[in-house]
Amino acid sequence: MKWRKLIKVAFQSILKNRMRSLLTTLGMIIGVASVISLLALGKGSQDDIRKQVASLGTNMIIIHPGSSFSGGVRGGSGSQATLTLDDVDSLKNEPELIRYVSPDIRLSEQVIAGKTNWSTQVNGVSVDYLKIRNYTLSAGSFFTARDVKAKSKVAVLGKTVSDELFPGQDPVGTRIRVRNVPFTVIGTLSGKGQSSMGMDQDDIVLIPESTALYRLSDGKTIRAVVLSAVSEEKMNDAQARATEILRRNHKLKDDDEDDFHISNQTEIISMAGKVTGTLTALLSAIAGVSLLVGGIGIMNIMLVSVTERTREIGIRMAIGARGADILIQFLIEAVILSLIGGIIGILAGLGIAYGIGSAMGASVLVDPSIIVLAVAFTAAVGVFFGFYPARKAAGLNPIDALRYE
Amino acid sequence: METIRLTSIYKTFDLGGETVKALDGVSLDISPGEFLAVMGASGSGKSTLMNIMGCLDQASRGEYYLEGIRVDTMNRNQLADIRNRKIGFVFQGFNLLPRTSALENVELPLLYSRTGSRKKSRDRAVAALEMVGLAHRLDHHPNQLSGGQQQRVAIARALVNDPAIILADEPTGNLDSRTTVDVLSVFQALNDKGITLILVTHEPDVALYARRIVTMKDGKIQSDRNVENRTLAGSLGADSGPWEV
Repeated sequence: MKWRKLIKVAFQSILKNRMRSLLTTLGMIIGVASVISLLALGKGSQDDIRKQVASLGTNMIIIHPGSSFSGGVRGGSGSQATLTLDDVDSLKNEPELIRYVSPDIRLSEQVIAGKTNWSTQVNGVSVDYLKIRNYTLSAGSFFTARDVKAKSKVAVLGKTVSDELFPGQDPVGTRIRVRNVPFTVIGTLSGKGQSSMGMDQDDIVLIPESTALYRLSDGKTIRAVVLSAVSEEKMNDAQARATEILRRNHKLKDDDEDDFHISNQTEIISMAGKVTGTLTALLSAIAGVSLLVGGIGIMNIMLVSVTERTREIGIRMAIGARGADILIQFLIEAVILSLIGGIIGILAGLGIAYGIGSAMGASVLVDPSIIVLAVAFTAAVGVFFGFYPARKAAGLNPIDALRYE
Repeated sequence: METIRLTSIYKTFDLGGETVKALDGVSLDISPGEFLAVMGASGSGKSTLMNIMGCLDQASRGEYYLEGIRVDTMNRNQLADIRNRKIGFVFQGFNLLPRTSALENVELPLLYSRTGSRKKSRDRAVAALEMVGLAHRLDHHPNQLSGGQQQRVAIARALVNDPAIILADEPTGNLDSRTTVDVLSVFQALNDKGITLILVTHEPDVALYARRIVTMKDGKIQSDRNVENRTLAGSLGADSGPWEV
């Protein structure tokens, strides 16, 4: 029989019992809708995390000094001053893996501007720091290699600092003081907001590394080195190379532990991925159960349908329908019933996801492959649970079927 | 070649451990163009005979040739194809598909045929409905048609695949006397055109419209005679107006 006819017959039968068909597919609708909506919201929040992590920097790798160990007392991370400017220079000589390198000399300082002051973090960094951390200038300019060389007393203010010290004014060109050292403000940064850790990334003042090291610090302590790998794919290679270089510089033996701590964003992303992975596994379990229940509902109603239409089956067989014809007819009906449930479920799920998303300000991300997968899966459920009733129909004896009242 | 040749057909049913002989050695030849009535009380085996001839059921023993082809050894799918191509059924309860137009009901056997083009199935269905005088009711659903008209749709459906025989099982059982004559006149007209007909009935009046009557009793053929002075329905077109065959 023609497919068009078969599908038409299936729709006729489904539409004949609208209410019954709708109730039958309710299990599918609820199952698919919950999966689609939760997945869309889950993907949305996962995407948020990814974006936030990415906003920390482009392909960023961070190196912290290792922990000190003296007299049985272990210091925390960074308690040992193992990172040096030599390390920074060595890392700069790996252009095929590492694009930008910057030391990060972090100092907690009280910054004074005229009559007001603000406690913030002053970072001594290289000229490439903006590119590594994805900062952009909102006004003025950044310091140059010449400023670094000359230990110039110039500063670039983060948005928070600029807002606190110079509310409603353009700070470029003004003077600020840090530990009684006067600095000229040459630029301001655009706002970047909070990091995924909840830290205000705009509460910073950037000054040349040399200025920080020699005018404000002890001339050697480097609290961190940040670097940028040439690409996301080269992240791990870059990290391995950096590790190798630092171990060589620090003259560590093969069985010595690293005297520094190196980490990158992909680790943070994969940690976030683990959490969402657990969530996805849980969702799949819910999906499995609800689709199983939905499928059983469809099987049940198909069995009813086969019994109700026993006479019709008898007529079709008497005029020459083979068992396979009857089987396909009922299988198509089950699949269409299941697909209707699936499609309503997808629409409902998207509606719920966007509803919750806009009500609670959550991000919603719909992966088209999930929709395709949902459709394919509901069709498969239809085939699986429709097969038994369809086979029952196909196996009927035409004489008994014709006599059935 | 005989249209139907039955040789020593036996059919036994197992009812709760008790074996019932529904057919007890029936042999019957039916030639092309015959109009045969099978008579008998209920339990005489006429329905079983009809089911076997219609390839809906298979004999326990004996040989059945339909247009020279042995069908008693065929499997389910082969029997379905034989029913589709060689046999047209007309039932007591009409057995039309509800909520399906007359035309679609008549087209149904063509949808299941595996040979020939399906392109012309509509034309053939229209032609079959014209033959039974229902060309003006193509789009009507069974519930919009009278009993006689429904039975004529069923006859058109039986005709549409140009079968070797038409088997009618109590086709007038649900009809009033006037419509009965109407339907029988369709049968006679079709038979006059050379179509082989087998009519199963328990009403002697109805059997008299046939050319030959086989009477069954206890699973055996009791008598087999030709009808003299058979009743002619004429073209009592009833509510359908004049129609030609």
